[in-house]
Amino acid sequence: MGRVVLVTGVARDLGRRFAKQLAAAPAVDRVIGVDVQPPRGDLGGVSFTRADIRNPVIAKVIMREQVDTVVHMSVLPSPGGNTGRATAKELNVIGSMQLLAACQQSPHLEHLVLRSSTAVYGSSNRDPAMFTEDMAARRIGGLGFVKDVNEVEGYVRGFARRRPDVRVTTLRTANAIGPGLNTPTTAYFRLPVIPTVLGFDPRLQFVNDTDLLDAIEHATLSDVPGIFNIAGDGVLMLSQALRRLGRPALPLPGFAVGAVGSAMRQAKVADFSREQVAFLAYGRGVDTTRMKEVLGFHPSRTTAQAFAEFAASLEPGLISEQRVRAVEAGLVGALGGAREGLQEIVGKGEDRG
Amino acid sequence: MGDAEIIPIGTRGKPGRGTGSAKPSSSARSLAKAPAARKHAEPVPEAAPGATDEHEAPVVPEPRLAEPSYDDAVDLAHPEPADPTRGIPAVDWLAGFTSAAVEVFGADWEPRLAAFLAFLRRRLTGDYTVDEYGFDAEITQHFFMAAIRPVAEKWFRIEVRGVENIPAHGGALVVSNHSGTIPVDGLMTAVTIHDHAHRFLRPLGADLVFKLPVVSELARKGGVTLACNEDAERMLRGGEIVGVWPEGFKGIGKPYSERYKLQRFGRGGFVSAAIRTGVPIIPTSVVGAEEIYPLVGNIPSLARLLGVPYIPITPFFPALGPLGLIPLPSKWVIEFGEPIRTDEYDTGAAEDPMLVFNVTDQVRETIQQTLYTLLMQRKSVFG
Repeated sequence: MGRVVLVTGVARDLGRRFAKQLAAAPAVDRVIGVDVQPPRGDLGGVSFTRADIRNPVIAKVIMREQVDTVVHMSVLPSPGGNTGRATAKELNVIGSMQLLAACQQSPHLEHLVLRSSTAVYGSSNRDPAMFTEDMAARRIGGLGFVKDVNEVEGYVRGFARRRPDVRVTTLRTANAIGPGLNTPTTAYFRLPVIPTVLGFDPRLQFVNDTDLLDAIEHATLSDVPGIFNIAGDGVLMLSQALRRLGRPALPLPGFAVGAVGSAMRQAKVADFSREQVAFLAYGRGVDTTRMKEVLGFHPSRTTAQAFAEFAASLEPGLISEQRVRAVEAGLVGALGGAREGLQEIVGKGEDRG
Repeated sequence: MGDAEIIPIGTRGKPGRGTGSAKPSSSARSLAKAPAARKHAEPVPEAAPGATDEHEAPVVPEPRLAEPSYDDAVDLAHPEPADPTRGIPAVDWLAGFTSAAVEVFGADWEPRLAAFLAFLRRRLTGDYTVDEYGFDAEITQHFFMAAIRPVAEKWFRIEVRGVENIPAHGGALVVSNHSGTIPVDGLMTAVTIHDHAHRFLRPLGADLVFKLPVVSELARKGGVTLACNEDAERMLRGGEIVGVWPEGFKGIGKPYSERYKLQRFGRGGFVSAAIRTGVPIIPTSVVGAEEIYPLVGNIPSLARLLGVPYIPITPFFPALGPLGLIPLPSKWVIEFGEPIRTDEYDTGAAEDPMLVFNVTDQVRETIQQTLYTLLMQRKSVFG
């Protein structure tokens, strides 16, 4: 008998693609997609149920369909588009609580997969270079999404204690990036001039979006409980990433980045929250040894490759590599040419002399 | 042919030299023998293009290029346009550029300039790699080290001893005394290890380093990471030479009267990191750094306000303003002591606080004794 999987957050691009991908897997019988809004794209073999996970209806769905695996993917920095912070918190935290309560009631449940985020570690100047899964955020009482993720993970830990028979897998995923993906991260890198925090150069890690979906599928279909960081190998500095994009940076003092960010939020250009300003100052790195050795998942692309793929899908920026190469070739050519010209002239003069 | 006109030698605000009189002096005329011939040609400019004189012909088409031996005479004889850039021929630009390039890059300037341009292009397009700590080896080697080296060699005249104690490969923990108000000693130790042992030192820095704008950016690129057990062990396992200054701010911020008196060596975290990873500890003693900014006072209230450990007052700062930031040119000695092995301890030794304290004391005593010895040998601070 195959599995019956319930996937939350399928209205979002990544959730929808994941549900569709999972429905095509041979080991899976049925995939039920749940979200408040209907998904925009094609759901394939997924049966969609319009339900709010903040509502006890979700328990009925889990019971009726005899769901044995729940993949919780709707813990997001800005769920439901450009909603306010309060709504986001409500959806993230209260939604997760309701979902876990429903899961606890269900006798059929065997496996819970939480798509968390490396944001759980926060960003501060006291951070170690690479966070392993055993470490916690250095700054107590994070902000915004960081706080949400920590609370949700706390509830999931509580659930795991109360239902020891359920395998709980938590995936702390780095920022997903890929051509065509629309997340706050990609929106940030799509800006023509990219605001950065003056005097800071954070380390970034990315995971390719298809790798991310493969990782969640791998975790859903394998029987490995635990907490895993999911990220591509290596790190990129923000300055380096911007140079690879060929887009100019706009360094602003820390307090101004927040103001510019909220203005952009108003204008619906990009979403900048306070915790993102901290991230842009201090960055974050996570250790993925456990992902490779225990979970047995190997991402197909490194951080740099994932970013290069994304960069290739964008219009080349102002200082694009082609232009820099052209200038370089021009300079080298001019120098070589000029030198030959000079030799010719000097040679002529010597002939005369 | 218009340019065959003779202008007065005087400058009248134009490039050139002379008295300003309309006629060239006799010496100038004798210098400019050849163009004197053109005086005759001048009244009949376009009259007989076909019948140009034999000696005139080569001058007209390429007057400056054809006769390189002219030198001054050519300049005297030709009118200088008001725009000086137009007046300098392209060939002179090129020659100047070439000689400048040879001056800067040496005889094989062309491949080296091309390499330099490629380096610039790589930097501009982000085509370089950093390790997981954000360490950028390329910029550190070509820029930071190059900038610090003259200070180390010419200003502080660092004398290096015991460089053979630094292993050629594998991890090691360099433990050093800390002094000098501003952690210049860390930079100097890094450049010394890079130049003499050909390894990069990976310093561990306080969290304040990563809070300060610009400093944080440069520190990560230069290979610094946060002084915490996780990072230290990770780096040591990775086979890096890690530098630690266990005195921390107590060391660099101590008053001048307490110079060369080691402060408490932290909580011994560096020892447990070394024991866990089994790398040797290299006790390092730096003499000379205490005198670069003699700390005679502190403004604790302002320091609290700014969230920094201290606001230094030295005899020259803030009295002399930015000039007070120039360190005194004391003579430095850096001695790398004999490595203290930690790989013989049991695996659980790092959890034994008594053992950790003992090793910490051993390292501290070694450095303190070496400091005293070096101070005895020192003839004068600036010698």
